[in-house]
Amino acid sequence: MGKILVFAEQTNGKLKRSSIELLQAAAKSGNTVVAVVFGSHAGDVTAAIGHNGANEVHVVKDAALDAYNPELFTANIAAIVEKVQPSILLASASSTGRDLFPRVAARLNTGIASDCTELNISGDNVTATKPMYSGKCFAKANFENSSVKIVLMRANQLPVAAADTAKSANVVEQAAVKPDLKTLIKEVVKGASEKLDLTEANVIVSGGRGLKEAGNFKMLHDLADVLGATVGASRAVVDAGWVGHGMQVGQTGKTVAPTLYIAVGISGAIQHLAGMSGSKVIVAINNDPNAPIFQKATYGIVGDAFEIVPKLTEEFKKALHH
Amino acid sequence: MKIFVCIKQVPDTETKIKITPDQNGIDTAGIKWVLNPYDEFAVEEANKLRDANPGSQVWVLSVGPKARVVESLRTALAMGADEAIVVNAENVDNFSTAKALAEVIKAEGGAKVIFSGKLAIDDNASSVSQMLAEFLNVPHTTVVSKFAFNGENVVVERDVEGGAKEVVQMMTPAVVAANKGLNMPRYASLPGIMKAKKKVIKEVEFSSLNIPASDIKVKYSGFTLPAEKPAVKMISGDASAQASELVKLLRDEAKVL
Repeated sequence: MGKILVFAEQTNGKLKRSSIELLQAAAKSGNTVVAVVFGSHAGDVTAAIGHNGANEVHVVKDAALDAYNPELFTANIAAIVEKVQPSILLASASSTGRDLFPRVAARLNTGIASDCTELNISGDNVTATKPMYSGKCFAKANFENSSVKIVLMRANQLPVAAADTAKSANVVEQAAVKPDLKTLIKEVVKGASEKLDLTEANVIVSGGRGLKEAGNFKMLHDLADVLGATVGASRAVVDAGWVGHGMQVGQTGKTVAPTLYIAVGISGAIQHLAGMSGSKVIVAINNDPNAPIFQKATYGIVGDAFEIVPKLTEEFKKALHH
Repeated sequence: MKIFVCIKQVPDTETKIKITPDQNGIDTAGIKWVLNPYDEFAVEEANKLRDANPGSQVWVLSVGPKARVVESLRTALAMGADEAIVVNAENVDNFSTAKALAEVIKAEGGAKVIFSGKLAIDDNASSVSQMLAEFLNVPHTTVVSKFAFNGENVVVERDVEGGAKEVVQMMTPAVVAANKGLNMPRYASLPGIMKAKKKVIKEVEFSSLNIPASDIKVKYSGFTLPAEKPAVKMISGDASAQASELVKLLRDEAKVL
């Protein structure tokens, strides 16, 4: 058995669900689980990290690490890896994870498998499965010549059990490593949305051209509010300027993997399907019975979205409040 | 100044994927290959930067089987790139690809700015740009939707989670990985296509770059097709009946509520 290092992410002092998934998966493998967490709020999540299975947590409580900087984060992860000597490193395929860990892999002269959806840890060996060619097939990533095997997992792929408050992690405070930087983060502009990012959302309500005009997205936001969902969109409506590009699901947008994906007025171009086919349950609402989206859907409703969506919102309200 | 664009050739989205009998890859017979969609934004931004800085040159660079990859290089040339280099290679992973790109860029005297797409749609990995930056010991920013160059530094805007944006300044040389929204890629003009056909594409053999075999870090195997989805369950009735039936199914059958 060896050590697994988990890069734990927090937002405003709350441990991300995707990090909880990784901690629990690592703990289940029987290896020693060491977590690392950065930033001035890092101390707020050490208890939660322990409850979810870490034996040890390295905390770099430096405000310099509050904003993501690739060079600074690479240096600090590399320093922790050198101390901990893990055989596996798990991180989420989040915005930060995807940007950071390939650079870490290059610095450590080791391999990385990104955007994985299945994880198999056996001793200190790991294979990860990931979708290829926009989800048209899956392949196993096998590590070679890798001192630390780095795996980036998509959110919502691993089960989460209740945290065990009887467990705790040994907290190790670390000073930040501060190399000369060629990158300067000038400003972080907060997004308009308080909702989970599409890539992390468990429920997504997505709209397409069938909504006829930008203002009609309000109907989807109302439904999403009841479901605690994030709102997405098809490329057509992003290109039409109805909504921002950050909401686009699909090949040149975001790849999503929610438990429930509700597609409203989306015909289902192959590029859209490429981004959302990893959803567990897909509901399609469209007035065209021949829309390709129905071939991917679990449940289909042919009808007028303007009638059905408000009714659905009411029904969900009833169902969720009982 | 020299501007490099690193591109990848990928199967067209509409292509049907077939797995080889040994399950160690896909059957490439009959596949239509295209320039990775995000790389089009990279080529366009490089062209714009060149046009705004007289005397500059755009070099487009790709690692892969020479026989087919030259086609995507010609597409980039037709869009306006000035020079092209192909590193002839089979079965290299992202790590060794990034090494090869770094070696060639160094051998060509370096670059002020290096563009690429934020990810390739075949493996969805988004890792080569960052590895390349590390091997060149230069800064990088990925998922870039705005780019400016002031003669010394570049200032970019990067799309992050929940619609947030980061404004990042980097000392050059720097690696910039393009997101959709950065620009509107120009179509290749007919004169551009004719000119691209006549261009000599410089060829480099991967084996001549002295990249050790131990730089292959990840190999893929056990390719499988996704499980067949059960047929869609259509819900009939009027809008009210459909809505209540759907909620019931999601709760009792799919158990997602």
